[in-house]
Amino acid sequence: MHGAPQLVLLLVVLSDLAVLGTTRLSSCIRIVAAQGMLLGLLPLLLAPQLSVHTVSLAAGTVVVKAIVLPWFLMWAIREAAVRREVEPLVGFIASQLLGAVAVALAFAIASRLPLPVVQHALLVPVSLATLMIGFIVLTTRRKALTQVVGYLILENGIYLFGLTHAERVPFLIEIGVLLDIFVGVFIMGIVVFHINREFDSLDATRLRELAD
Amino acid sequence: MRLLALCGIPLVTALVVLVLPVFRGRRVPVALLGVVAAVHLALVTSLWVTPAPEALGGWLAADPLGLTVLTVTSVLFLVTVTYAVGYLRHDRPRSGQVFAGCLLAFLSAASLVALAHHLAMLWVGMEATTLSVAPLIFLRRDRRSLEATWKYLVISSVGIALALLGTFFLASAQVDVAGRPLVLPDLLAHARELHPAWLRAAFLFLLVGFGTKMGLAPMHTWKPDTYGEAPSLVSGLMAGALTGCAFLGVARVTEVMMAAGLEGFAQPVLIGFGLVSLAAAAAFIIGQGDVKRLLAYSSVEHMGLLVLGLGLGGVGTYGSMLHLVNNGLSKGWVFLVTGNLVLATGSATAAGNRGLVRTLPVSAVLLVLGLFAVTGSPPFGLFMSEFTLLRAAIDAGHPWIAAVMLLALAVIFVGMAALVLGIALGEPPPGVVPVRESPWLVAGPIALAAAVLMLGVYIPGPLHDVLARAAVALGGRGP
Amino acid sequence: MTPAGWTALLILGVAAPVMPGLVVKTKSLLTGRRGAPVLQLYADLWKLVRKGTVYSRTTTWVFRAAPVVVLASLFVAMLFLPLDGRGAPAGFAGDVVAFAGLLALARFALVLAGMDTGSSFEGMGASREVTIASFAEPALFLCFVALVLATDALSLSGMLGTPLAAAWPQAGASLSLVGIGLFVLLLAENSRVPVDDPATHLELTMIHEVIVLDHSGPDLALILYGSALKLTVFAVLVVSVFVPRADLSGPAAVAVLLAGLGAVAVAIGVVESIMARLRLTRVPQLLVGAAALALFAIILQLQ
Repeated sequence: MHGAPQLVLLLVVLSDLAVLGTTRLSSCIRIVAAQGMLLGLLPLLLAPQLSVHTVSLAAGTVVVKAIVLPWFLMWAIREAAVRREVEPLVGFIASQLLGAVAVALAFAIASRLPLPVVQHALLVPVSLATLMIGFIVLTTRRKALTQVVGYLILENGIYLFGLTHAERVPFLIEIGVLLDIFVGVFIMGIVVFHINREFDSLDATRLRELAD
Repeated sequence: MRLLALCGIPLVTALVVLVLPVFRGRRVPVALLGVVAAVHLALVTSLWVTPAPEALGGWLAADPLGLTVLTVTSVLFLVTVTYAVGYLRHDRPRSGQVFAGCLLAFLSAASLVALAHHLAMLWVGMEATTLSVAPLIFLRRDRRSLEATWKYLVISSVGIALALLGTFFLASAQVDVAGRPLVLPDLLAHARELHPAWLRAAFLFLLVGFGTKMGLAPMHTWKPDTYGEAPSLVSGLMAGALTGCAFLGVARVTEVMMAAGLEGFAQPVLIGFGLVSLAAAAAFIIGQGDVKRLLAYSSVEHMGLLVLGLGLGGVGTYGSMLHLVNNGLSKGWVFLVTGNLVLATGSATAAGNRGLVRTLPVSAVLLVLGLFAVTGSPPFGLFMSEFTLLRAAIDAGHPWIAAVMLLALAVIFVGMAALVLGIALGEPPPGVVPVRESPWLVAGPIALAAAVLMLGVYIPGPLHDVLARAAVALGGRGP
Repeated sequence: MTPAGWTALLILGVAAPVMPGLVVKTKSLLTGRRGAPVLQLYADLWKLVRKGTVYSRTTTWVFRAAPVVVLASLFVAMLFLPLDGRGAPAGFAGDVVAFAGLLALARFALVLAGMDTGSSFEGMGASREVTIASFAEPALFLCFVALVLATDALSLSGMLGTPLAAAWPQAGASLSLVGIGLFVLLLAENSRVPVDDPATHLELTMIHEVIVLDHSGPDLALILYGSALKLTVFAVLVVSVFVPRADLSGPAAVAVLLAGLGAVAVAIGVVESIMARLRLTRVPQLLVGAAALALFAIILQLQ
């Protein structure tokens, strides 16, 4: 089964780069939903044998990351009637190049990390790349909703890294983490909804009244 | 059993409040909050009398470090609830259900953080505290609080995500080492066998991640906005209790680093963050016009002092623990008094408030005394803890750190005094009438002030014992 | 090169005009029309060859020489490709650069001829074409670098021939990414949707079509044939990367190549039917995306 996890991980990186290049908010959310689906598949592909633990973790991840959260964010878009992202603080071409650099950095760092046993050689570099790209999206986009998408990608990257310890971190903790992320994005979505109501736009760069 | 109750009772009550339709509407069930707070404090007191056994197979336990944070949280929560009785008569939140539910969820999450010995569970609790406080910041539903909530959410979420990564790094450090993964006693027992590269990376990420929650510079940018826009009693809880919980996260990983013999790496980093926080606080306090933002920067300063004490080692760790208690109580005190200010005049800025001594005499006195307390003047408790930190700096052979500390504290005192004295003294603006200060509104702050005053003069035996044991666990010693 | 290779060269030279026809046919069928016959371009070429040429008074010898230069460079470029999957008629270490240079020479001659007319339409098209090329060239080279890393060969006949077939089992993912990148470059270099719409008749929206606006008669025939040839060359690149034919016998390899070319033409038709043309400012982003894909393929190789 060497090929299937590799394919999934490659698709994860491609989806990261795709989020960096797309302007439509709905595309961003759909790509992250697809990413959540891929992430849900990974524990099933990486585990030597299927246990209740892995199956329920996979199911929980798919439900939260691929179905509930994207659906909720789509609702937020509809409410806000926002379609497109405006030119980000870094520029689309620059952010794509930054993303490519981040992927290169991630692979370089991962090759130096002393990891004793990993299920798949690509797991750590892809997790670091996803992390960095999530951070890039979070910090360089103007629309508040895209920042939430960036946060989701960041969490996906950390989740990927957590898969290297899939057997060692107990089930309860993983459920707790999933739940936290769910509630976090839920609250963020509510705040985004209110931001749109108050400011009539989702442009986070307009939030500038408080300063010293 | 008691440990599970400490976390479970507030959580169950929170769920009940948030779900049952009988609680919908604007009325806040203060009586229920009071009952839960009293029960919680009673349970915590019982932990001081008779130690509780571990729960959940070692995942929950009350060690000296956690007990200190838990006690401060519980006391602050009870005082805040009593204050809320008076506060809510003047200013009702739009949703009493959300208000009460989030407060209870916060208490439960903070208890979880204090008692957690499984570091991933600590993380879950920490994230829960972040999320439970967010709706409370947003209580006024206006543009400024919305902006503050958004910044808080984004920055805190990134910080917490980094902390999660750090937790996973810690698990990586434990690969091929005996012991249950991420369980603190096992980590400490086998600390010397942990993989040093992963451990160092974990320390850095956990420090930055939990430091963001604490409000260490340079990750503190959310603090002034959040403390400034949230209702004062929420800011007080955050400044006193939430920062303590976040500090606990940093302290736990420091424990592991000390046990692993990596203090040479950890201490300079901690000292660095501490000094940067002091400098940032001093820089931004000058010319500050809003009391709550001023207190936010003061909180940054005190977080810097906490981390500095950890980094200095020796008696500095005892100083940090003592400072944790003192800071928690005094921040609660000053924020609650500021709440009175806001209730009376509608704002906490210098422009809107002058001559407080005539309009709100008791609050004005408490505010001025609070100024002295928070800036570390004797006879208040913070003087003792800061003095201990100075001693630690000189003991460790770094007198220049003591000099920087003193300079920063002096600048901060000047900045704070300018604003607070300007508010308290002078002529009130025309048209402002003296406001009746109900006992509910001042009883809490007076109690906290008395406690801080007492800690400046005399530290009760059991408290001293617990703080000293916590200091030893962190690689230092008692005085 | 084997006799099969020479046969393939001959077939491609003769059958190149079928490719644009296949693309148009696919587009028509997908949109519910019958469309022009697949061999339509032959009829157009025959019609143009019998016409006279009209030269504008503002043009010089550059304008007259351009179609010949275009065709010549494309023919020579085709000689570097291993059409039978094993070796090319011409090849030396580093002929990748010569290959890219010849394609660039063809584009250069065309652009120069366009600017030679002195018309502002052609000038606009020329500047757009060259801008897109400045993003496409690095992407092309990155794809070649990825191929070099995968096959350890420095000539096209190695990169697309036997060593490539040997490299597929390990470097499959990386090579697929290179193939996708090359397909995007095919769309860009041959003025296909989403980079340029070949069916538009509004000069202000054209890129490639507008550069050749002033050519007429046999010159235009040479240029149209040259575009078909360029499309074929790029399609051969894409097919060679996705389907290494070194293990097949000569005739089988050629047959697979032709089938692959047909598949690429159909794929182009499908892409043109489902996508709309991108705004001009978004085209560089697309090409940077292709470059990022190639970069990622390189990173995977270095792993």
